[in-house]
Amino acid sequence: MNRFAGQPLERVEDGRLLCGQATFVDDVSLEGMVYLAVLRSPIAHGRIVRIDADGARSMAGVIAVYVGSDFDSLPRIPTRLAPLEGVERFLQPPIARGKVRFVGEAIAVVVAQSPELAEDALEKITVEFDALPAVVDWKSATAPSALLFEANGTNVAAQYSVAEGDITRAFRDASYRRRETLYCHRQTALPMETRGLVATWDAREATLRIWGSTKVLWFNRKVIAAALGLRADQVQMMATDIGGSFGVRGELYPEDLLVPYVSKQIGRPVKWIEDRREHLMTTNHSREITCDLEIACTPQGKLLGMRAYLFADMGAYTRTNGGIVPSRAAMFLVGPYRIPAVEFHVAVFHSNKTPVGTYRGPGRFEANFFRERLMDMAADDLGVDAADFRRMNLIKESELPYSPGKLVPFEQPPIYDTGDYPADLERVLAAIDYPQLVGINGQEIDGRRHGVGLCCFVEASGAGARENSRVILEADGRVSVHTGCCTVGQGLTTTLTQLAADELGVDLARVILHNASTENLEEGFGTFASRGAIKGGNAVIAGVQDFIDQLLRFCRSTGGGTANELQWRGGAVRSRDGSVLLDLADIAVQAAKRGKRIEGRGNYLGQGLTFSYGTHAAHVAVDARTGVVEVLDYYGSEDIGNAINPMVVHGQLIGAIVQGLGGVFLDHLVYDEDGQILTVTLADYLVPTATDFPVIRGRSYGDKRAATNPLGIKGAGEGGIVGVAGAIANAVAAALRPLNVRITSLPLSPMRVWQAIAEAGEAAPG
Amino acid sequence: MTDVAITLTVNRQQVTATVEPRLTLAGFLRRHLQLTGTHLGCEHGVCGACTIIVNGAAVRSCLMFAAQADGSEIITVEGLAAADGLSPLQRAFRKHHALQCGFCTPGILTTMHALLQEEPHASAERIREVLAGNICRCTGYLPIIEAVLEAAASYNND
Repeated sequence: MNRFAGQPLERVEDGRLLCGQATFVDDVSLEGMVYLAVLRSPIAHGRIVRIDADGARSMAGVIAVYVGSDFDSLPRIPTRLAPLEGVERFLQPPIARGKVRFVGEAIAVVVAQSPELAEDALEKITVEFDALPAVVDWKSATAPSALLFEANGTNVAAQYSVAEGDITRAFRDASYRRRETLYCHRQTALPMETRGLVATWDAREATLRIWGSTKVLWFNRKVIAAALGLRADQVQMMATDIGGSFGVRGELYPEDLLVPYVSKQIGRPVKWIEDRREHLMTTNHSREITCDLEIACTPQGKLLGMRAYLFADMGAYTRTNGGIVPSRAAMFLVGPYRIPAVEFHVAVFHSNKTPVGTYRGPGRFEANFFRERLMDMAADDLGVDAADFRRMNLIKESELPYSPGKLVPFEQPPIYDTGDYPADLERVLAAIDYPQLVGINGQEIDGRRHGVGLCCFVEASGAGARENSRVILEADGRVSVHTGCCTVGQGLTTTLTQLAADELGVDLARVILHNASTENLEEGFGTFASRGAIKGGNAVIAGVQDFIDQLLRFCRSTGGGTANELQWRGGAVRSRDGSVLLDLADIAVQAAKRGKRIEGRGNYLGQGLTFSYGTHAAHVAVDARTGVVEVLDYYGSEDIGNAINPMVVHGQLIGAIVQGLGGVFLDHLVYDEDGQILTVTLADYLVPTATDFPVIRGRSYGDKRAATNPLGIKGAGEGGIVGVAGAIANAVAAALRPLNVRITSLPLSPMRVWQAIAEAGEAAPG
Repeated sequence: MTDVAITLTVNRQQVTATVEPRLTLAGFLRRHLQLTGTHLGCEHGVCGACTIIVNGAAVRSCLMFAAQADGSEIITVEGLAAADGLSPLQRAFRKHHALQCGFCTPGILTTMHALLQEEPHASAERIREVLAGNICRCTGYLPIIEAVLEAAASYNND
């Protein structure tokens, strides 16, 4: 029976975090620890002619200085997923060799007695460059003037096409078509804790210990071990608290090889903590995609076909995420709609900017914006209400399971498993009072124009390989639970504790949920794409079930004649009549006496992805004189199948919506034509603050359980962000419709909205 | 430059130390006193994660030198909890899910504690205005404002 799952319980991890007792990576301090700092490229593209580090080497307090050639034994950083053919030619070396390809790329490292001395020493290293023209967009990437990798002969890493249905006929027969070029700008997740690492080589045990990694510890350990010539079990990834990930944190970055390598070289613990400027220059960027999108409809607005050309700017290198971002952008263009014929062409190119990886809702935020914006333009042309247009095209519950087809070259066709998409739309229309708002669309009230916008979406979760768990009886009768899914701040510790306590039939305080570490679990997989509760949760349940079997086996082996009648119920071993014979504390004592360790193991693979779905609606007011947009009301809805902790998932929803609003209005990584990044402080790279978006509403609920896992869970981490650009852009466009303003490009910062209004004014006749 | 001798009170305990003039107050608290609850999120005074209370006022410890803190009274996040557990403000944060990863939380708690000590009747709007000096990437801020509003009653002595 579930006492805890489904309850909005306060989080078990909060006590330490609220009292300053957490251990983030910069809080790890080891005896004899020294500090590493990285010299980074100030230019976007150029040959390294000469490095002079003598000045740094001779400084007091400097222990060592390394340049690129000192790391020749280290490999390039491999991809861990989405192996699009061609991207393997653009992998990143852990440190620049001969050439730099983006501002921020590592050139040299210094190790010193204090972080201050290490930074001082960076200033004493001089580097002479032979600058090359910078590639900053598709046009310059395909011009003959500059190649990032001369040997590759091109800056285009991969191109592919996917299609379903008869696209030629769909477009030939359609009475209505609309084609637009839409653009989503470059952003990053900006977790509040920057990246950081502490590495120490224990020569006695021949073991390398690393703090600060997360997300995919076992993949990272394997790569690091191979790079340093060690066995995987000689590298231990230690658990710490993690100050937010949102996809960018925990991937294997250059420093994940450099810091352990240096620690092993000098035989001392080494700490590197990324500063915010480095973070904005080197941690994965995301979202920068141009989409040339065309749809074909009947005169009533029924979708017949969709064709897209996607151009994804991956920055200077292909990192661990491979081609995941562009391939997801294409896959999610279809969304929750019935589109009989589609054809998508994807071009993945490299530029002299920071490399791209996944950021919460990778590809989805972009794709939903492209599709929903164009759908509203079509609805407007055809004189169809935006909600009616969606009602007509949403896949109905009776059509599920539904596959939009094979839209990703390296994957099987996805299957939308369960849901009632139209019902969610209707709920949201009622929640935001759409009938009333649509009546004031475009109207000027007290000097500002009002608009309402919608965005419907599907969202995949539960990806990746098998997850494992390990459940151990501690000497005090508490139960330790380990899994490969990491807590990165999202509340997974509490969620998994609830599941484990229910399965055991004990109080929450009996369960100690440990953050993932390779020390406690030989093999695990990780946390990404909203898989923690699905894969980790089901793996923990399997581990607890095995643990209970082991408890009973132990009790039977020690219990004498009635042993076969023992059963586990209500957190204790009971006889057939239900009376308690032994509780966990008793068993722990018995086990200790016999020198026996009681431990269960479980794993969970699952039956493929599950698809959550939802609707976002926004009501905005736009000041056409300044371009300033105020979000007057926002409602986000998502059916996540089964909410283990409703408070936690609501927190995910609201937080993700606000993060997405930043991505629409504020967050913007700006480069100049020389590939120089202009946004490397938090005074330049703006994110939402408390006064920006005071009215956010929403509901995450469990209605249609996932068909692909026993708990019926669908991921809850990303539905809040994936619909924001679509809903807001549509609301702004609706507000400015009477002025014929074209909204096809993000961000919607005041200047850009004002520019779009000014362009419409110039284009207007008379 | 020669090192500087300082004497100050940190979380009601007197501390004396000799520090490099360029050592930030955040660095002093974190590395010299091992008070690692104070976090560094940007080191240029924007994010607010490193906020501590100096002589009653919320101050960015990344923008102040340890030497400047000579003679002052400092409260960090480690000094907020009552002896018997979480303070009313901390309890309200937990109840309202006003933290997720918790990295920005120490700076937000100290900022709000300083505000409520000065202005126990602060309105939601006033709380929002002051909170706008701290960046949180997880919560969207709404639950933080709910938590602070609820905790305000415990600061109200009239």
